[in-house]
Amino acid sequence: MNLYGLYTLFSKEMWRFLKVSTQTLLAPIVTVLLYLLVFSSVLSGNIEVYDGVSYASFLIPGLIMMSITQNAFANSSSSLIQSKMMGNIIFMLLAPLSSLEFFIAFVGAAIMRGLFVGIGVWLASIFFVQLPVYNFGIILGFAILGSAMLGTTGIIVALWAEKWDHIAGFTNFVIVPASFLSGVFYSIYSLPSFWQHVSYFNPFFYIIDGFRYGFLGVSDANIMTSFAVSLSFFIVISVLCLWLLEIGYKVRE
Amino acid sequence: MPAISIQQVHKHYKQLHALKGINFDIPEGSFFGLLGPNGAGKSTLISIMAGLVKASSGSIRIQGHDVRKQWRQARQAMGVVPQELVYDPFFTIKELFRLQSGYFGLGRENEVWLDELLEILSLTDKANTNMSALSGGMKRRVLIGQALVHKPSVVILDEPTAGVDLELRKMLWEFATQLHDKGHTIVLTTHYLEEAESLCDRIAILNHGEVVALDDKHALLARYPYRLLCLSLEKPVSIPSQLQDKVQSFEDNQLVLRLHREHDTVNDVLESLRSAQINFVDLHTQEPGLEEVFMSLTHKKTNS
Repeated sequence: MNLYGLYTLFSKEMWRFLKVSTQTLLAPIVTVLLYLLVFSSVLSGNIEVYDGVSYASFLIPGLIMMSITQNAFANSSSSLIQSKMMGNIIFMLLAPLSSLEFFIAFVGAAIMRGLFVGIGVWLASIFFVQLPVYNFGIILGFAILGSAMLGTTGIIVALWAEKWDHIAGFTNFVIVPASFLSGVFYSIYSLPSFWQHVSYFNPFFYIIDGFRYGFLGVSDANIMTSFAVSLSFFIVISVLCLWLLEIGYKVRE
Repeated sequence: MPAISIQQVHKHYKQLHALKGINFDIPEGSFFGLLGPNGAGKSTLISIMAGLVKASSGSIRIQGHDVRKQWRQARQAMGVVPQELVYDPFFTIKELFRLQSGYFGLGRENEVWLDELLEILSLTDKANTNMSALSGGMKRRVLIGQALVHKPSVVILDEPTAGVDLELRKMLWEFATQLHDKGHTIVLTTHYLEEAESLCDRIAILNHGEVVALDDKHALLARYPYRLLCLSLEKPVSIPSQLQDKVQSFEDNQLVLRLHREHDTVNDVLESLRSAQINFVDLHTQEPGLEEVFMSLTHKKTNS
């Protein structure tokens, strides 16, 4: 295995988003804080999703996970599509880097960006409400799993995409709706039965629900179910992603 | 062992048969020219060597390593300068050199070579300048540097001088020659035939996905059965009918005749001119260049 090559590619991907951190870290943190400001002020006191849990405490873990996943997706997808569009992907393709090394470096950087944004939102949210921490291991585990899932999805989508428009389309019509409709702002038990059932097919629901359990100790679904579904989904898309990289889908014709 | 061994390589793009069983070796230490008109299959062949495109069948070995089965060793042995001026806009030259070197598993121990490369390519002053702020010529030099960070024994230059100014072209020629003198095997594709003629020692000409010529440069040039007779005429004249089929060009009283080495003699031509009372003030013969060979081979195939 070319470990130093993997490390270099990972560093490059980290470096890439850190060089434009206003856009890649600060902007998403501010966006989430605006959501928090608006929703928690408007709805605070009117809604109590779980007994004894304020709406802000319910909302913040969901918002953190939403920002983690969206940014993890943005990181791998934008980096890869830019390399494809600019043509500089050739430098990675000419190097002795395997599909697995490429995958680990890209997903690793996506996880790091997700975690940076997530930690930023968490720290900033302290000004709104002091979040409880029920189990830090569960919080970190789901944060890594969620960002890895979306980082992997980002690679797949960018491999398929032939222009920026395709990435924007997938972000706006799949990623954003799926994360909004996954119980970030509400418990799925408050939904009509049909939409409740639809939510069970949305992997974002399990990731957000499990992540929230790490803070509050309560959740809509069983924590083990959330973990098993999220992990299984990650494994399935990872296998798909590695296969696409191995056959050189749309990059090595 | 040849530096590159190409065996029965075919490439199909849907209906198009882009490479039709390419089969040749590139000797170790040679300066090899890969020529052909647009669409001949040069870039496809280079891309298969570099692992950027997969052959439909056949195989290519770089320093004995199969580009598909032993891709790590094959890529370590080869540096490719791509045709397009591609770059990563996020980084400076030095950062890009370090990254590319790192992809090949080389860390700080390679710093001395990277600095040397910057120096050789006259990029030291701009080492910490972002790529997007560089001129086209500098970007081209960065591409060459990136291909050499891991000191590959085989260097593939895919039309490195396309669209560059005369000064940079000269610098690139000198640099390629230096690399060759140090023992690197160089594979050059180019549209500038005088470039191949002055640099390469062995040449393959591709046309419509097939090798139409493969030989040492001198043997290839000698294969062309014509030479040129150039005459400066005193005044505008009409060319005698027996010479009409030999005229290659006739402009501003400068007449260029193409003479077959075996069937035509200079004496016969001069005799015909004298009979037609055509006087000339100067004459010289010219050996054919690669351009004539190239045109003859690629046109023959196209017309047949």
